[in-house]
Amino acid sequence: MVGIVSYGAYVPVYRLSRAEISRAWSKQAISGEKAVAYYDEDSLTMAVAAARSCVVEIDSKSIGGLYFASVTSPYREKQAAVTIATVLDMSLEAYTVDICNSLRAGTSAMRIAMDAISNDSTDNILVSAADCRLGMPNSDAEMSFGDGAAAFLIGKTNVVAEIEGVYGISNELLDVWRSDKDAFVRSWESRFVYSEGYTRIVTQAVSTAMKRYNLTPKDFAKVVLYTPDSRQLGTVARKLGFDLATQVQDTLYPKIGNTGTAQPLLALIAALEDAKAGDRILLASYGDGCDVFVLRVTKEIEKLRSKRGVKGQLEAKLMTTYNRYLRWRELIEVEPPAVPPMEQPSPVALWRDTHGGLTLHGVKCKRCGTIQYPVQRVCGVCRAKDEFDDYMFADKVGKLVTFSHDSLGNLIDPPNTVAVVDFPEGGRITFDMTSRDPSEVKIGMSVAMVFRKIRYVGGFYDYWWKCCPVRG
Amino acid sequence: MKGIRDKAAIIGMGCSKFGENWDRSAADMIIDAAYEAYEDAGVGSGDIQAAWFGTYDSMSGLSGQALAEPLKLDYIPITRVENMCATGSDALRNACYGVASGACDIALALGVEKLKDSGYTGLPDFEWQRRRGGTYRDRSYSAPSHFAMMATKYFEKYGLTPDEGKRILAQIAVKNHHNGSLSPKAHFQREVTIEQVLQAPIIAWPLGLYDCCGVSDGAAAAIVTRADLAKNFRADPIYIKALQVSVGGGQGHMNPAFDWTHVEENVRAGKAAYAEAGITNPRKEISIAEVHDCFTITELVIMEDLQFSLRGKAPEDIESGFFSLKGGLPVNSDGGLKCFGHPIGASGLRMMYEIYKQLQGKAGPRQVKNPRLGLTHNLGGTPASASVSVIIAGNEKS
Repeated sequence: MVGIVSYGAYVPVYRLSRAEISRAWSKQAISGEKAVAYYDEDSLTMAVAAARSCVVEIDSKSIGGLYFASVTSPYREKQAAVTIATVLDMSLEAYTVDICNSLRAGTSAMRIAMDAISNDSTDNILVSAADCRLGMPNSDAEMSFGDGAAAFLIGKTNVVAEIEGVYGISNELLDVWRSDKDAFVRSWESRFVYSEGYTRIVTQAVSTAMKRYNLTPKDFAKVVLYTPDSRQLGTVARKLGFDLATQVQDTLYPKIGNTGTAQPLLALIAALEDAKAGDRILLASYGDGCDVFVLRVTKEIEKLRSKRGVKGQLEAKLMTTYNRYLRWRELIEVEPPAVPPMEQPSPVALWRDTHGGLTLHGVKCKRCGTIQYPVQRVCGVCRAKDEFDDYMFADKVGKLVTFSHDSLGNLIDPPNTVAVVDFPEGGRITFDMTSRDPSEVKIGMSVAMVFRKIRYVGGFYDYWWKCCPVRG
Repeated sequence: MKGIRDKAAIIGMGCSKFGENWDRSAADMIIDAAYEAYEDAGVGSGDIQAAWFGTYDSMSGLSGQALAEPLKLDYIPITRVENMCATGSDALRNACYGVASGACDIALALGVEKLKDSGYTGLPDFEWQRRRGGTYRDRSYSAPSHFAMMATKYFEKYGLTPDEGKRILAQIAVKNHHNGSLSPKAHFQREVTIEQVLQAPIIAWPLGLYDCCGVSDGAAAAIVTRADLAKNFRADPIYIKALQVSVGGGQGHMNPAFDWTHVEENVRAGKAAYAEAGITNPRKEISIAEVHDCFTITELVIMEDLQFSLRGKAPEDIESGFFSLKGGLPVNSDGGLKCFGHPIGASGLRMMYEIYKQLQGKAGPRQVKNPRLGLTHNLGGTPASASVSVIIAGNEKS
């Protein structure tokens, strides 16, 4: 039976407290925090992070497809899924698709993946959903939105949660939307949005699904429902007859906010982290309709559970300020530093550098065994020419050799930490260190490789890698 | 390989005022430096048979034409030289090879940089450092941050707390500011105290404002001839003893064997220069040195790389005042890059200008006693990969 084989979650390390936003606008403090992507993160980089976590023990060449789900893809015309698949070093024949523009795109991607595998189009598909939505400053949306990503490998062997049944309805409604002309999400009056949108549709879809599969609320150990904020969940749960305290999965809203297409998937991961073999789980998303899944946890869950998840990422956090958030999201214009403007990369040079730059491959000299980055044609030690094997750096943990915190330059969040990193089997690369507190940086610390946005010049995004303190 | 020792000599030098020369274009400064050199050598522009023109940034001048135009040189061969911060010294090296070979008898080496038209607070173009084949898939780049990484590692290796390390670096800044106060052509001519240096804002941790050289305009020039012709021009020519350049290939950035507490190119260029000049004890035999203090940490490490101090012992020599104007081996007697300024293409020649004047006994309040051999050193790039020049000159033929 087709189902979830593996999962991976990614929550950015930075948090902005809602009280901090309230203070900025002289309003009564609201509780909780939202997860905030760093200035060098976007939906694509977060989807990469979740996907890497999901398939860390799986041969990337064995994955049959990559579906990217988001309402905040960095491009309107240029596929993000192919970039993610390239970073993961997947096969050229892996089928890449972007499934976008709806808050239920994450679950839609799961359903389409399930259909493809059920049809023997392929054996497995990696689904990664990520969002980085913007609410207008001083809005409810700004308060409630959070950034994050979640990935599932959908397949048919070693399944940890079987998909027993699916159901869905579509619904045409202007409740929450963002046109091609807008940076900010818009919505109509919340009374309308909730009563005719979210509450009505989710209640209708879930109750129909249960009838169709001859199931009642007590058949479910856990119920994972998308929610726009903390209050609406209770309304829907009560209408459907689910127990809020024991059955309904905490969507993590108080700790990270509403993560858009990633939300139902992240909440499902949280549920799977506590699930036992035999548990039946209901999953429902919302956006232009409702996708419903009935899942059954298998005993394979024991092998997977301890290895990754979302809960561990909730505790390792760095607080940020409202000013920095506005700067990272480019919502305020600041005086540029008196340094030369950034230059536009050459797409030709980027294309030549695809393997070295996007997958973080270096080389290992066949003659003397020296490991080097970037890709070389002449060995720096023995001068052998064109005698190299590929060597992958992305999955290695490095050690910090030396560093500086730099206040000079075209910096969005000064100081920037420049870091020289040595790798255990050989090789040395100098990276920016990201998502860190400068005071925690020490010679000898362990760092992992993370995929981030380097610059946006000439109308396109240039991505590469940075190092980051190993957390958890 | 026989080397260049005593095959070429400098017979005239000029140096413009260095600083924020708002009222002087690159062409203006070229004329200032060249005409002082002509007068010093007793030649006219028509006597120049070949020229080597050093600029780092193309906005200071591109191709030999940018030298011919202001000076109205007469259709002679002119080559533009660029080797990052070693540009000026490399122009001198090429000019000396030209006359030593007999291909020409009188050559001009001139370096200039016009940095202050840009409006930038730092170097004109950080991006050349980041331009990994036009992809920019690289870390953020600033010159201070890369030398700061050498300071971080040096402090760790030799057991210095950041405070202890910064205090040692501060003494280098204080020394150079004192020397700058005695240099009428220098950009900065005021003294500073250790406390002022330590309180200054951080530029790239652990380096603060006074640990970093500033951005300046300037030009400097040398007129050279074959050594056996030198006395036709003046009684006190300065003879070239060594012209060495060592260029790195990124080894330090890619190879974990690099320790980030020395600069390999410094060591290699220094050894080659000492061999070429017949020097076996640099600390004793070098009378005076102008070295590339782009950052205070750079000067500290150069002392060890050039064998003026033993490895790890430069802090002791700095604390004892060994490198001060009245010390055993005065370093940067004219204020160095820190105070004289660092118009990139000109710096190597400005360093030789000070050595030249010192060796001729014309350094006024900065004069050191009876100097015999002077050394200039430049470093362009990062501690992990650099273009380094070491030139040694003396006032006697060996």
